[in-house]
Amino acid sequence: AQDYDLLVIGGGSGGLACAKEAAQLGRRVAVMDYVEPSPRGTRWGLGGTCVNVGCIPKKLMHQAALLGGMIRDARHYGWEVAQPVPHSWRKMAEAVQNHVKSLNWGHRVQLQDRKVKYFNVKASFVNEHTVRGVAKDGKETLLSADNIVIATGGRPRYPTQIEGALEYGITSDDIFWLKESPGKTLVVGAGYVALECAGFLTGIGLDTTVMIRSVPLRSFDQQMSSLVTEYMASHGTRFLRGCTPSQVRRLPAGRLQVTWEDRTSGKEDTDTFDTVLWAIGRVPETGSLNLEKSGVKTSPDSQKILVDSWDATSVPHIYAIGDVAEGRPELTPTAIMAGRLLAQRLFGPSSALMDYDNVPTTVFTPLEYGCVGLSEEEAVARHGQEHVEVYHAYYKPLEFTVAERDASQCYIKMVCLREPPQLVLGLHFLGPNAGEVTQGFALGIRCGASYAQVMRTVGIHPTCSEEVVRLRISKRSG
Amino acid sequence: FLLQVKDLFSSLGVGCNVLELDQVDDGAGVQEVLSEITNQKTVPNIFVNKVHVGGCDRTFQAHQSGLLQKLLKENSAYEYDLIVIGGGSGGLACAKEAAILGKKVMVLDFVVPSPQGTSWGLGGTCVNVGCIPKKLMHQAALLGQALHDSRKFGWEYNQQVKHNWETMVDAIQNHISSLNWGYRLSLREKAVTYLNAYGEFVEHHKIKATNRKGQETCHTAAKFVIATGERPRYLGIQGDKEYCITSDDLFSLRYCPGKTLVVGASYVALECAGFLAGLGLDVTVMVRSIILRGFDQEMAEKLSSYMEQQHGVKFLRKFVPVMVQQLEKGSPGKLKVVAKSTEGPETIDGIYNTVLLAIGRDSCTRKIGLEKIGVKINEKNGKIPVNDVEQTNVSYVYAIGDILEGKPELTPVAIQAGKLLARRLFGTSSEKCDYINVPTTVFTPLEYGCCGLSEEKAIEVYKKENLEVFHSFFWPLEWTVAGRENNVCYAKIICNKLDHDRVIGFHVLGPNAGEITQGFAVAMKCRLTKRQLDETVGIHPTCGEVFTTLEITKSLGLDITQKGC
Repeated sequence: AQDYDLLVIGGGSGGLACAKEAAQLGRRVAVMDYVEPSPRGTRWGLGGTCVNVGCIPKKLMHQAALLGGMIRDARHYGWEVAQPVPHSWRKMAEAVQNHVKSLNWGHRVQLQDRKVKYFNVKASFVNEHTVRGVAKDGKETLLSADNIVIATGGRPRYPTQIEGALEYGITSDDIFWLKESPGKTLVVGAGYVALECAGFLTGIGLDTTVMIRSVPLRSFDQQMSSLVTEYMASHGTRFLRGCTPSQVRRLPAGRLQVTWEDRTSGKEDTDTFDTVLWAIGRVPETGSLNLEKSGVKTSPDSQKILVDSWDATSVPHIYAIGDVAEGRPELTPTAIMAGRLLAQRLFGPSSALMDYDNVPTTVFTPLEYGCVGLSEEEAVARHGQEHVEVYHAYYKPLEFTVAERDASQCYIKMVCLREPPQLVLGLHFLGPNAGEVTQGFALGIRCGASYAQVMRTVGIHPTCSEEVVRLRISKRSG
Repeated sequence: FLLQVKDLFSSLGVGCNVLELDQVDDGAGVQEVLSEITNQKTVPNIFVNKVHVGGCDRTFQAHQSGLLQKLLKENSAYEYDLIVIGGGSGGLACAKEAAILGKKVMVLDFVVPSPQGTSWGLGGTCVNVGCIPKKLMHQAALLGQALHDSRKFGWEYNQQVKHNWETMVDAIQNHISSLNWGYRLSLREKAVTYLNAYGEFVEHHKIKATNRKGQETCHTAAKFVIATGERPRYLGIQGDKEYCITSDDLFSLRYCPGKTLVVGASYVALECAGFLAGLGLDVTVMVRSIILRGFDQEMAEKLSSYMEQQHGVKFLRKFVPVMVQQLEKGSPGKLKVVAKSTEGPETIDGIYNTVLLAIGRDSCTRKIGLEKIGVKINEKNGKIPVNDVEQTNVSYVYAIGDILEGKPELTPVAIQAGKLLARRLFGTSSEKCDYINVPTTVFTPLEYGCCGLSEEKAIEVYKKENLEVFHSFFWPLEWTVAGRENNVCYAKIICNKLDHDRVIGFHVLGPNAGEITQGFAVAMKCRLTKRQLDETVGIHPTCGEVFTTLEITKSLGLDITQKGC
């Protein structure tokens, strides 16, 4: 017999959810978790990316930036606060980090409560049922289990061809743990991580530049994506489009000189920054697992683990969930749900599979972008232009009026099938509290909402979300 | 311009009467009246079959759109196809929709000044003395909280930030004026005749309109829609009309109300008390019996205890005022309020700068001549009973909005009802207004959003043993670093076990409850079940995601408090 019914490698959202659920079902469960320090030496506690270097600190710093906007709004609403108000990175970072530490502790306690054995060790396979764990002090543990779940997630990618990138650049693994303000920052990348980081850095008053090689928010609806960046640009974030960095040099005073090529003009340009943040993608944490010993196969392109719809790898009793699994959305709630469902299938009476369709998400840029379902491009590709009807509207949040805020980018579109009853395929919402707005509509779409049903729903006045149930104009009608 | 218009009409073979204002006696007087009726100061001012079209440009536009030809053809026994009494959300929506469908429409709107002398422009309660200013003052209060939070998030300033009431009111009133203006404009664009006059039925199909100067005109129409809405109720005690204000007055009050007594336990009372306290005022709420009657009482209790314990609002329960006395004049002055216990002989008194009455609203249906044409009202509450197509007992008279018996008193409901009514009357649609599962949100300091049934109502309809209630406290991520309290934000859904655990009640208490609730209302329209909730992936980190992970039922009775993380 093996030591455990279930061994989970990786103490992030997915792994912990799976471990706790299995323990709840009365199984013997162990979790191996180890944070390899970032190249800059940043490390953190239990809970994985989301808690330590992802969603949580990101949303809190986003909130700090939003509060900066509210301080400016407050004047218009009668609050007599002397402007401008300075921001202390040190204070914010400490508060955010303290909260994250309390979450680390909470995760430990939860594992203990549910009698999940926790090992702070770095895991690698010995064979298909046995995993070696190496602790910080070099001490080794061998664990065997009937079932193994790989949930090691991913880490930020560094560019390999750029001189000075690794020595002088940081990533999202570091930014939330900086004790001092990053100062004037260059964010390289076009994904949501890049835009979110640039957004909150600008929002707390830092001089921030985003360097984008080609298309921002590539996998998202492109009309929404351009509105997101348009808003950021009009609120002080500088964008360098079509540019690729070629070198990062450290100047004698400690600042960083970045050289880049403008790919349209072919010209070289240079500027000096205090911080360079790489946000050019993530690599799955599969390299150090010794997967060849287990027989688990990975995709040669992405290095992610190949899984079937039951989350099983090429080895039937080894599973993979979360960001490390090929073809899965890299989102905390999907990893959590996948982990729980997997444990239920393994040890409970359930056979429910994870449904990856219509997963809602929100990008917490200064103007938040929430979406669920298909982008306009996907809908057209899948159903054909003539079968798709897109209802859309610009709107002005009530709170923007008195605050004299510009609402040029507050925009909603609902992508529907054209044939009655016009099934809703996708919803895209750009505006304040997009995450809160989108959640309920994601449910509506899951329930098979049609355009007609959305229109028959009475609005809640005055909110931004009521604009969704008032979408009357289709793109086709002009 | 005049010549162009004359040419147009002669090309259409239509004769027209021309009144040259500079060549008639009292041309200036005519122009003044014209500008009052049409809101157009320039000439030529063109009418076709008694419908105001506009100036030269608009006449040509109407010609191009075909509206002009339509107007020329019509020759009804009545001046108008539709007269709407009341220029609020419902009335305007109905009028505009009817005009879009090519009908001749008139709107009568007149704001009788409040006992304190407050009056306002076009748009009705929501825009002027309801949703709009209330949400903006709520926002002002939330920003006060944001200022407080912001220090925890690294923003640095030490001084005690003061709030300036006048600045806020000016900004809000400016916004409202722009909305009033927008409504005027959109009526004009749609060629709806607008009369700023008080409408009163005088005989069948005929209404008398009295303007501010007491000038009377009469108008006839084939159909009428009553959308006069409601106004705040007074207590009927000594000193109430002289010294108390209501929500009709608060939002345009020129001075900070100071220490305030809010009388009532309606959502209006709690919302006003909430933002006044949020702006830093000393606020007391005097409650006769039940807080938020008609709403889920568990939610009401949680909401009011948050206001009391965390927000500094005082509650005086089971008391009613019996007398209000002025001690000092001023802006604000000083008032003495004597109140009596509802349970015994005890009386108390207190001194306040302002007394705000929010004890309910009365329908404006008793002084509009309904008895002249036999439209029945409920004598007790003044509401108008209608059938499922908003028709009163008099077949050509319809009613929408707050004056309807047994229907939700909400702007979007009135708008929906008004639009659909116009489409049924003048279009090809037969769609009725659906008053089931109407979502709403109370904008108290902790917002409360709901859709569907309260727990009490659900138990009454379906019986307790057939229900499963899932619930949880939640701690908004933004509140953690801000150091705000845990275990006050609360989520609850009520499911019908006999019908696939269908969600029949949705309740959320927390920040942005309005934004959260809307999408869930759509899902409930699509007959949401608990299983579908469980299958939906959450958006992390938001408050709304709590509904996708509700596990604990009340019947299980497990602890739902959040432990530190």
